[in-house]
Amino acid sequence: SWEGRVDHNKLCPEVKAFPSPTVRLICTTTAVQKRNVGASGPEKYTEAFIKKQIEEFNLGKRHLANMMGEDPETFTQEDIDRAIAYLFPSGLFDKRARPLMKHPTEVFPEQRKIQWGEDGRPFHFLFYTGKQSYYSLMHKNICDILNRNLAGSRWLTKIELEEMLLEKVSDNDYSRFIQLLQKLATLPCADIEEKYIQKFSKEVPAQLQKVVIEPLQHDERGVAFSTGEGKRKTARATAVVYDNGTGRITVNGIDILHYFPVLQDREQLLFPFQFLGRIGKHDMVCTVSGGGRSAQAGAIRLASAKALRSFVTEKEVEFMRQAGLLTVDPRVKERKKPGQEGPRRKFTWKKR
Amino acid sequence: MERYPATKGGGRGATATAPGRARPAPQEAESAADLPPLLLLHRPRALRRARSMALPRLLRAAAPRLYSTVPAPAPAPAPAGNRPRADDDKLLTEPLSHPDFFSVKELFTLKDLFDARVHLGHKKGCRHRFMEPYIFGCRLDQDIIDLDQTMQHLQLALNFTAHVAYRGGIILFVSRRRQFCHLVESTARACGEYAHTRYWQGGLLTNAHIQFGPGVRLPDLLIFLNTLNNVFEPHVAIRDAAKMNIPTVGVVDTNCNPCLITYPIPGNDDSPAAVELYCKLFRMTIIRAKDKRRQSEAVEELQRKAQGK
Repeated sequence: SWEGRVDHNKLCPEVKAFPSPTVRLICTTTAVQKRNVGASGPEKYTEAFIKKQIEEFNLGKRHLANMMGEDPETFTQEDIDRAIAYLFPSGLFDKRARPLMKHPTEVFPEQRKIQWGEDGRPFHFLFYTGKQSYYSLMHKNICDILNRNLAGSRWLTKIELEEMLLEKVSDNDYSRFIQLLQKLATLPCADIEEKYIQKFSKEVPAQLQKVVIEPLQHDERGVAFSTGEGKRKTARATAVVYDNGTGRITVNGIDILHYFPVLQDREQLLFPFQFLGRIGKHDMVCTVSGGGRSAQAGAIRLASAKALRSFVTEKEVEFMRQAGLLTVDPRVKERKKPGQEGPRRKFTWKKR
Repeated sequence: MERYPATKGGGRGATATAPGRARPAPQEAESAADLPPLLLLHRPRALRRARSMALPRLLRAAAPRLYSTVPAPAPAPAPAGNRPRADDDKLLTEPLSHPDFFSVKELFTLKDLFDARVHLGHKKGCRHRFMEPYIFGCRLDQDIIDLDQTMQHLQLALNFTAHVAYRGGIILFVSRRRQFCHLVESTARACGEYAHTRYWQGGLLTNAHIQFGPGVRLPDLLIFLNTLNNVFEPHVAIRDAAKMNIPTVGVVDTNCNPCLITYPIPGNDDSPAAVELYCKLFRMTIIRAKDKRRQSEAVEELQRKAQGK
């Protein structure tokens, strides 16, 4: 568009071959207007305005061609520049300050079109945030994260690689190969080589962590029984609970009265049965090793609770879980730290 | 403007003029007269106070645009198939004559609210003074919200939302909890409405014509799934909506201030189950209302064609 637009008649009064375009004021500064223009941000151009500018540019191009005596149809941008430099010679140093005539799309910066329709409703659902494109990107990323296949992928193992290459691969070679693959995957344009990289990776299907309660088994006498394993601190125990019993409990071949002289340990063993109300109805045979007195008792308690799950309804299993009978006790002996006497106890503080 | 004169008046008061927009004075009177009886009855104190601010704005709007460089947007051309005014009135006034035109009561029961843990409030120490009327009692230091009152408020709120959606109003879902940001945005997308679950820039409603552009249309209803922002203060949008005469629907927990909200819904806003229930209810209401509108328009078209023949 014509930045330093002037009236044609004033420029060349003798030439009146064509009708003069509408007289326009040379652009006034905004200081002349009273409104605070800074508050409204960069100037916004409507689509109609840009369209009009393009029409005026094309018209002006033809006028210029006529003035220079050239063919308006084949008047390129270079010709325009040459013509302007000829008609408006400028001694200004800065090239950007000289008069220019370019297509409006190059002069006016590209702006967003009107974001709403005829009835005023915006097109984008995040329009009212102000930064609709950015936040829609964030939204899409979260969608992708949620929808992503939970199954991961792993690299080929050494043996699989040996099978693929039909050659022996040493441990060093294998580890270097995996490092190189990882480096390739993290490079910026790794998507191009994704097919190649996928040759060396395998899908790992996501495994559902649902706990399966084993069904009852029957021994040669026809009595139903079930096994369970439990642990507490360093003790490991296995328990076999038989149906139609009288409540006899044997640990490592010894009766519990002799194996656990202390009442507290026997209470721990009986707690799962007491909770379900099946005290005199089951027999139990357990084996336990490791740990101390309390730890072994706790381990057997967990093992018997797990075994009892097979005899009982799902609702009661849920009750047992809520009572804490089916949870492994995570407490272990805490290590001693340097500079302290024990795991928590500090050395005696002496004032002097 | 020709198509939805009552929408502009229905969503807000007659003060919905953008300053600087040249609209002839008779149009103002029209939209004021079109204010539906629904809003006049339920207009709370906030709106009545804001009306007194409206008078100077009306005067400003009537004056011609003196200083703006951007050319005034041309009035939207009347879309093809413009219905006569009489039909418009019938379509818009018919739902207002029924107490529950969109059968909003069927969407939920008290048991649904209880199962979704809507009655659970915060601890006694977090209680807000103005929430005391809505609290049923306190057990082991935790406040329990009265679900009978919640039912009534929820019905009113859903009914209002349905009416706004029926008239083609813009609904904006607001929530500032990161946990439910994605859910709220997906709900808004599913309804065909708008959401704002991000940082609220100060002048979004009050300075909209400079931030968005000269001809922007502000939301006609704000729905808050969470009235507090990330620092446990009332969301700025509540105050701004009251300033701009935009009605609000909001889920208020026991630690929230229900004062400036037009249709508060006392209920839990922290549990995922409760928030999913609210999103589901709003989505169903809005879709129902829009479907009903389309049906009514289709029926009217057929009737008019039959009469025309």
